[in-house]
Amino acid sequence: MDFIRNFPFISIVLTLFSGAVCSVLPGRAARWVNTAVITVSGVLSALVLRYVLITGECFVYMMGHFPAPWGNEIRAGVLEAAMALFFCIIMLLSMWGGRKKLVEEVEESRHNLYYVLVNLLLCSLLALVYTNDLFTAYVFVEINTIAACGLIMVRQIGRTLAAAARYMIMSLVGSGLLLIGLCMLYDLTGHLLMSNIQESVRGILADGTYAIPLVITIALMVVGLAIKSALFPFHAWLPDAYGYSTISSAAILSSLASKGYIFLLIKIIYRVIGFDVFNNTHIINVLFVFGLLAMIFGSLSAIKEGGIRRMIAFSSVAQVGYIYMGIGLGTEAGMIAAVYHIFAHAAGKALLFIAVIGLTDVSGFSRRFIDQTGAGYRNKIAGIGFTVGSLSMVGVPIFAGFISKILFAQAAIRNTGKLLPTMIVLAVSTILNAIYFMKTVIRIYTPSPDSKFTGIALKEEKLYALAIVLFVALNIALGMSSQPVVNAIQTGLTMFG
Amino acid sequence: MGVNLLANMLEAVSMVLFGIGFGNLLLQKNLMKKIIGLNIMDSAVYLFLAEKGYIEGRAAPIVTDGVRSMEAYINPIPSGLVLTGIVVSVSVSALMLSLTIRLYRRYHTLDLDRISMIMKREE
Repeated sequence: MDFIRNFPFISIVLTLFSGAVCSVLPGRAARWVNTAVITVSGVLSALVLRYVLITGECFVYMMGHFPAPWGNEIRAGVLEAAMALFFCIIMLLSMWGGRKKLVEEVEESRHNLYYVLVNLLLCSLLALVYTNDLFTAYVFVEINTIAACGLIMVRQIGRTLAAAARYMIMSLVGSGLLLIGLCMLYDLTGHLLMSNIQESVRGILADGTYAIPLVITIALMVVGLAIKSALFPFHAWLPDAYGYSTISSAAILSSLASKGYIFLLIKIIYRVIGFDVFNNTHIINVLFVFGLLAMIFGSLSAIKEGGIRRMIAFSSVAQVGYIYMGIGLGTEAGMIAAVYHIFAHAAGKALLFIAVIGLTDVSGFSRRFIDQTGAGYRNKIAGIGFTVGSLSMVGVPIFAGFISKILFAQAAIRNTGKLLPTMIVLAVSTILNAIYFMKTVIRIYTPSPDSKFTGIALKEEKLYALAIVLFVALNIALGMSSQPVVNAIQTGLTMFG
Repeated sequence: MGVNLLANMLEAVSMVLFGIGFGNLLLQKNLMKKIIGLNIMDSAVYLFLAEKGYIEGRAAPIVTDGVRSMEAYINPIPSGLVLTGIVVSVSVSALMLSLTIRLYRRYHTLDLDRISMIMKREE
């Protein structure tokens, strides 16, 4: 049983090395390696999850031969293992759903490079999830950025190049702030391991000597990660990056890459700074306010948007706002809702991106709304996928999005100061979501008998259909059996503390 | 205030440099100048780390003449962090430069705002 303690490390190293191996393989072999590696990492994460659920406590894995204050560590609890498993599932389904499009949009000679980037992205996500060392986290944040930039620019058109440049600049601003923040934190505490830093931080607060530098340090790290995860108003790079890159990239970036940073932020809040310390700073209110603004302005931009893919991209801005609002509520219930929404949004948004490409493909590759009329009949499975994704994002019962909205509302009730703004913005944002998603759903199910576009049969794209069916099942499973997931999140957050 | 500033001269300089680099990365229109800003910003962090790891009157942490006492050497961890940071910074700079070359070949300008304008005109 204790051998399972090696699995987090094995899954990180496996993905890292498979990235290197894919660079010398032909495209087809690289694809097999990629699928195998994602599956194996998922299975390993599932075993780790089972192990920590059975033992009921997290474990620390020592990297190398140096014990705690000096060496590097990996730490796995319920939340880490669940997040890693979920990331693997979403990534595998996104790769399946976008495979046909990848073949069309990216030159044959570059396919293996694409799988290199995907493997590296998964590696960095797993490392961000499992690491117990802040500087290691920084290094993998940068690997994540580089891999994500590559995923955007692998489709070589002007739009994606400019979007990749914007993405890099914004990301580098964010990681610069994160880097200086954690260097200052190292300076203040003398440690790089999360648990040691937290002890020192408590000592500093008890002494009262470096209170102001500590707050500045926390602010630098939090703002850095907020910029990297595209919190409003730092989302300018997002619509083009998600709207024009190849579809697997868009699904992976929106549902995984930004979530890795948010998960790191939650980890920093709990394991480095301490939840109560963070709650006593005003930074939490800043996150709350920007989260609320993102929910409104992201949705407004989505309503104004003329292209269907950019509309979904803007919806991501709003959904990231939900997560930050949950963190900003400053209660454990708020944090549970935020973590649940990471799951719900990842499942819903990846499904939407994969489904929308099926719709635009049977509409003459046009992104305009008018051409999508009746697309739900021409590509039935994509239509169903889009509808389910939309309903989940709007927050209709039995789908995942509904549960996260309920959790947000319940969390807000326990925080009297922030109750009113949360409820109002939650209601307004839900209505705005409903406007643009339902508008699109009605559009794709409006019959257009004189349409010049031809439909596509289900058996022509079996893998795509399978991906959509599994995504729909995932959304319904998250929505129908939310209690075990919420319990697991709660256990995981308790293990953090 | 003045005494503190003098005692922490290098930290203050590194923060000023960080600010300069950060401002350039964020506000310059020219992509090359942005990359230069990025490198100034990263170098400022290395200066900060090197200064924090240095202890007056001690030697580099390489065991010579069998002296193994911890008191003889400076803190080696910040030097390690600087090395790691340099590797990261080199790779992101290389990626940014290659991206800049591609954008220049396609649009014949280094100005991101003009690139956006050209893109809109093309559609």
